[in-house]
Amino acid sequence: MFENIYPQLIGLCAGALLLTSALMVWRHSLLASIRLLALQGIALAALVAVIGIAEGESELVIVSLLILSVKGIGLPWVLAHQSKASIKQIQESPRLNPTAALLTVTVLTILSYIVVSRVFGLGDSSTGHAAPIGLAMVLIGFLLLISRRRARSQLIGFLVLDNGIATITFLTSGGVPILLEFAFSLDVLLVVLILHVFAGRMRTKFGGTAVDQLRELHD
Amino acid sequence: MSLILWIPLVGPLALAGLSLLLGTSALRRFVGVAASSAVLISGLLLVSAVLNGAVPESGGGMLRADALSAYMISVVGAVGLISTWGGLSSAASSRTKDAASYEALIALFLAAMSLAVLADSIGLMWAAVEATTIATAFLVGHHRTGRSLEAAWKYVILGSVGVAIALLGIGFIYAASVSTDTPTLSWLLLSQSDLGLDPALITAGGALAVLGFATKAGLAPMHSWLPDAHSQAPAPVSGLMSGVLLSVALYAILRIQSITNLVIGPEFLRIMLSVGGLLSLLVAASLLIRQRDYKRMLAYSSIEHMGLMAIGVAIGPAALPSVLLYVLGHGLIKATLFVISGRILKVEGTPVISDVRALLVRRPGLAVPWLIAMAAIVGFPPFSIFFSEVGIIMAGWSVGLGGVVGAALVLLLVIFAAFTRLTVQMTLGAPPVGLAFTPDYSAHGPRLPIFLALATTATVAFVAEPVGTLLLQATAVLGGTN
Repeated sequence: MFENIYPQLIGLCAGALLLTSALMVWRHSLLASIRLLALQGIALAALVAVIGIAEGESELVIVSLLILSVKGIGLPWVLAHQSKASIKQIQESPRLNPTAALLTVTVLTILSYIVVSRVFGLGDSSTGHAAPIGLAMVLIGFLLLISRRRARSQLIGFLVLDNGIATITFLTSGGVPILLEFAFSLDVLLVVLILHVFAGRMRTKFGGTAVDQLRELHD
Repeated sequence: MSLILWIPLVGPLALAGLSLLLGTSALRRFVGVAASSAVLISGLLLVSAVLNGAVPESGGGMLRADALSAYMISVVGAVGLISTWGGLSSAASSRTKDAASYEALIALFLAAMSLAVLADSIGLMWAAVEATTIATAFLVGHHRTGRSLEAAWKYVILGSVGVAIALLGIGFIYAASVSTDTPTLSWLLLSQSDLGLDPALITAGGALAVLGFATKAGLAPMHSWLPDAHSQAPAPVSGLMSGVLLSVALYAILRIQSITNLVIGPEFLRIMLSVGGLLSLLVAASLLIRQRDYKRMLAYSSIEHMGLMAIGVAIGPAALPSVLLYVLGHGLIKATLFVISGRILKVEGTPVISDVRALLVRRPGLAVPWLIAMAAIVGFPPFSIFFSEVGIIMAGWSVGLGGVVGAALVLLLVIFAAFTRLTVQMTLGAPPVGLAFTPDYSAHGPRLPIFLALATTATVAFVAEPVGTLLLQATAVLGGTN
């Protein structure tokens, strides 16, 4: 029974990961992006849980709970931790218009399929077939980092990049040892907290969080 | 013996806690110095153990000190001691709450770097390198000005993205080991020759990991955060970051290289590192010529030296003893220069080179050590940087990389000229006519750390035993027999 639906579940989770990343590029509202990020975290946790159950590794199930609490709940909560009224109004004005951005996402996804199949070969496992999704997420994360102007939107780009890396790691090797997984999650959590504090300081210092204003240091 | 491995980790952590608990005591200002001393002493103990043929291990093989790790931990301690001692804050300013978190973060930073060089697992090494970014983020933004905030933002974003790419690479390397009998991230196990790792995964993993750690090492074209962060941070932090954090990232590259060399041979990373090294030298040369800020000048000098070290790593075992000696020489001298630059900034009130004139006549107490350290950094003998540079260039010639080291030599000459011009502008010449002044012989801070750093770099290249033996042992650890 489980063997039959296993490839479908992997495909479903990977599809959800890619879809949320693409939607994040499309939507300009900060609140929508944060909600999508939470969905993405849940999809990633589900993916890990599916792999864990399929391979009968209880360790991976614990890791999936860790991911659910950090990426699905913790980080989005930190990012959204501001009065609901003001966060609803925050709109991003990215450097790319939505059409061009979505077109770029398509190109990046095709590119990652080509790269992965050329370099490693897709193999015949269902996880191998899903691996390019992770690379596509990494590239989409880069796109968000480059094209967004606001501090917290860039932060979301960084998190998509990080989710992409986690996706690749789980799909290619079934995750790293659990102790390291803890260290990685803690590191990401702290980096996000630090950047969040800096974004807050920027708001008080410059009256806004547009990273464009950071142009004082140059040669 | 294996207990010593825990001192550089637990010692600074305990001191960090102490700094937060000390209330308003002025004793707090010695926290950084004490933490560096703990790291340095345990480093020297580990070196002596390694020279006696032991390889201390602890935590079930999680921590391990071979010759290379023991050497690096001593460098971390030594550079840390010069930076923190030279940049000792005044008793009055160390009573504030800001000072408490500052000293605590310095101690955490030292502990993170120690973990990075002592960890046997490349995954743990990665986590420690990321922890250095976390510990230094608030140190870079310590002054809370708009500029330091900008520098800190760029530093954390670029630093963590770079290190995230390294994580992707490490993920691939782990995926390669999963298909063998023993899935592992242990550096010791991965660098055994008969594992049969998948070459495609190791190539991709090695390239990404080196690219990621090169961002942290400040190699061009991923260097853009470095001049901002190193010029905006407080002087002791700049000294630590420039002097030793960059080298810790280079150490990570060395460990990754020893894994990839076994599977795919040295050619692939050799090209990557040579290109990165030459680009760094080019960036440094072109931006040093017209540099106006002396702290940024020092930051670009770090990019230059890391570039040359990367070329040394690309050359391989023949150049590695010189590269390792370089790490120590550059670390001590760069820490000294940043410490003095902090003092000049404090008394002159400006970071602009053209506003600081005739320093030798007006403030000989600062100008004399500044001139000596500048001579050392541009590569005058007897300072060890000279011997390292010569060693790398000779080794490059002998392995057939004459073109690369030739180009590097030309760029080094340009950088030498730029540095000389800027230093002369700052120090020599007569003060403006009609300006009344009395020569200021004060060093504006402890003299002893500066003297120790200069004396060590001037003599270390002549000490064959035990320094030479240790460097050769460290090279042998990386799979080179020289």
